[in-house]
Amino acid sequence: MAKNDEMSSEIKSHKSMVIDRIIFVVLLLGAVFMVFPLIYMILSSFMTKNQILAADFSIIPDPWKFGKYGEVLAKPEFLRGLRNTLIVALPVLIIGGFTSSLSAFSFSKLNFRGKNGIFLGLLATMMIPFAVVMIPQYVMFTKMGWTNSLLPLIIPGLFGNVSIIFFLRQNLTSVPDSIVEAAKLDGCSYFKMYLSIFLPLMKGALMTQLILWFMGIWNDYLAPTIFIQNEEWFTLQVVIRSFNSYYAVNSDYPLIMAASVLAILPTLLLFFFFQRYIIESLAVSGVKG
Amino acid sequence: MSGGKAKEITKKKMNKAEFKEHCWGLAFVSPAFIGFLVFMAFPIVFAFFASLTKWNGMNSMMDNFVGLNNYIKLFADAKFWKVLLNTVIYMIGIPIGMILGLVIAVGMNRKIKGIKFLRTLYYVPVVSSLVAVAILWMWVFNYDYGLLNSIIKHVTGVHGPNWLGDEFWVKISMIIFMVWKGLGSSIILYLSGLQGIPRDLYEAAKIDGSSGWNLFRHITVPLVSPVTFYLLITGLIGGFQVFVEVLVMVPSGGLNYSAATVVFYLYDKAFGSNQMGYGSAMAFILAIFIFIVTAINFKGQDKWVKTIQ
Repeated sequence: MAKNDEMSSEIKSHKSMVIDRIIFVVLLLGAVFMVFPLIYMILSSFMTKNQILAADFSIIPDPWKFGKYGEVLAKPEFLRGLRNTLIVALPVLIIGGFTSSLSAFSFSKLNFRGKNGIFLGLLATMMIPFAVVMIPQYVMFTKMGWTNSLLPLIIPGLFGNVSIIFFLRQNLTSVPDSIVEAAKLDGCSYFKMYLSIFLPLMKGALMTQLILWFMGIWNDYLAPTIFIQNEEWFTLQVVIRSFNSYYAVNSDYPLIMAASVLAILPTLLLFFFFQRYIIESLAVSGVKG
Repeated sequence: MSGGKAKEITKKKMNKAEFKEHCWGLAFVSPAFIGFLVFMAFPIVFAFFASLTKWNGMNSMMDNFVGLNNYIKLFADAKFWKVLLNTVIYMIGIPIGMILGLVIAVGMNRKIKGIKFLRTLYYVPVVSSLVAVAILWMWVFNYDYGLLNSIIKHVTGVHGPNWLGDEFWVKISMIIFMVWKGLGSSIILYLSGLQGIPRDLYEAAKIDGSSGWNLFRHITVPLVSPVTFYLLITGLIGGFQVFVEVLVMVPSGGLNYSAATVVFYLYDKAFGSNQMGYGSAMAFILAIFIFIVTAINFKGQDKWVKTIQ
């Protein structure tokens, strides 16, 4: 009897191994289809203009030209765009990360009047389409003279990010409230409680959220294109887009592709390094809804 | 807060310690709350008033008050209905992405060597810059030299369609692009949903003689329904707001405006011809559509969304 069982499970595992192989091959084909456009983007950034526009189809550069990346990196607009994106990201992530985690701690662990009302108000903003507020925001920023600077992209972020507050608050529900009571008995101030107990507890989740926020800032196109009027302050994505319309005229597609590769690279590297944490936090937000 | 008022609150309900906690609690959430008031609540109220005027961003709102005229005009605006229809057509991508995502996730939910790497590959488009990949796909869809038409020509010998220049194909192109961009996140969410299904449910059903397809239909699909629900809600909310991909790939809005979406038209009106009042009215109608569709979904969820007991 026992032997029989063993045999059947062995046969089964052989059969399931074949199925596994088939599934793997099918999924691999799908994955190749998914990344093929991106691979083509990288390859064509090494091609000559003539090869891209040639009638017969080819994907391997012939000859390989590596000069386009140097050309892109030497463009002042490109470097300026990179600088502007980083000028936006740095204060937003540091200060916005601080205000978001402080709010999350307060919403999760402190008792104060109006807590639920304020929290619901914040959550409701996640439902409001950006299209509703973009016109008034644009007028507001114009009236304040901010459209000649990066302030429209920086200032709103300093006040925190609702989805991060929501996520961190969820994250803190697993921490027992009794810690707060114990800290109070020790005469610990509320800010110190945040700084020395809860911030360290949130550290991992906060870092993941900040990485995602950085990706959001890096990839953002809509807000910069609406709010920033002065070319001097265009962020990288806006610059990439203007490259596209500017250099397509003389069909310099290798240059456009090289610039696009550079625009994707940082977020891609971040994703590869931190994918375990990123995927985990995305899965949590999806399952908990 | 003034001392007199503070004393009053203290007397009424809170003791000193509770009051202290109240103040600190409020202080800690105040940045987020002030941000909410200044950058969300105020603009929403402002946009509503603007939607009742013929405001162009410069003139006085009060002098150009037109009541509900913008809304009435909007419902008679054939272009608005056209972009709304386009927006809804793009939503065909939502179920396509869900079905592909679930099927791929089921395949990935097995212990196979190297499967994690594949998962990463499927996710790459999600983290890639929307502008950069839209530029890339613009090139893929290029009529004369694009990757897609080159392949079609190479394989069949016939010239492929004018993807972005044709009223019909431009919609197909946008749907392909959006499914490609978002597929990875559906897969990740379905995978985490699948991992929450207890193994013994399948074992029990297998003993009862259920086949693979029946297992999928009667166990997998119902038990990942919370994920499906989440994808549907976020897909619809995002679907109503599709804009940047169109702006980058078809800056003109397409032949006869065939690629334009509601937000594209709104942007065009508000920032292209300074019709800020009209644009605001459109934004409000959009918000109401989103609200109604989301509410209907939440109402209907009891009928099909199951939870694992």
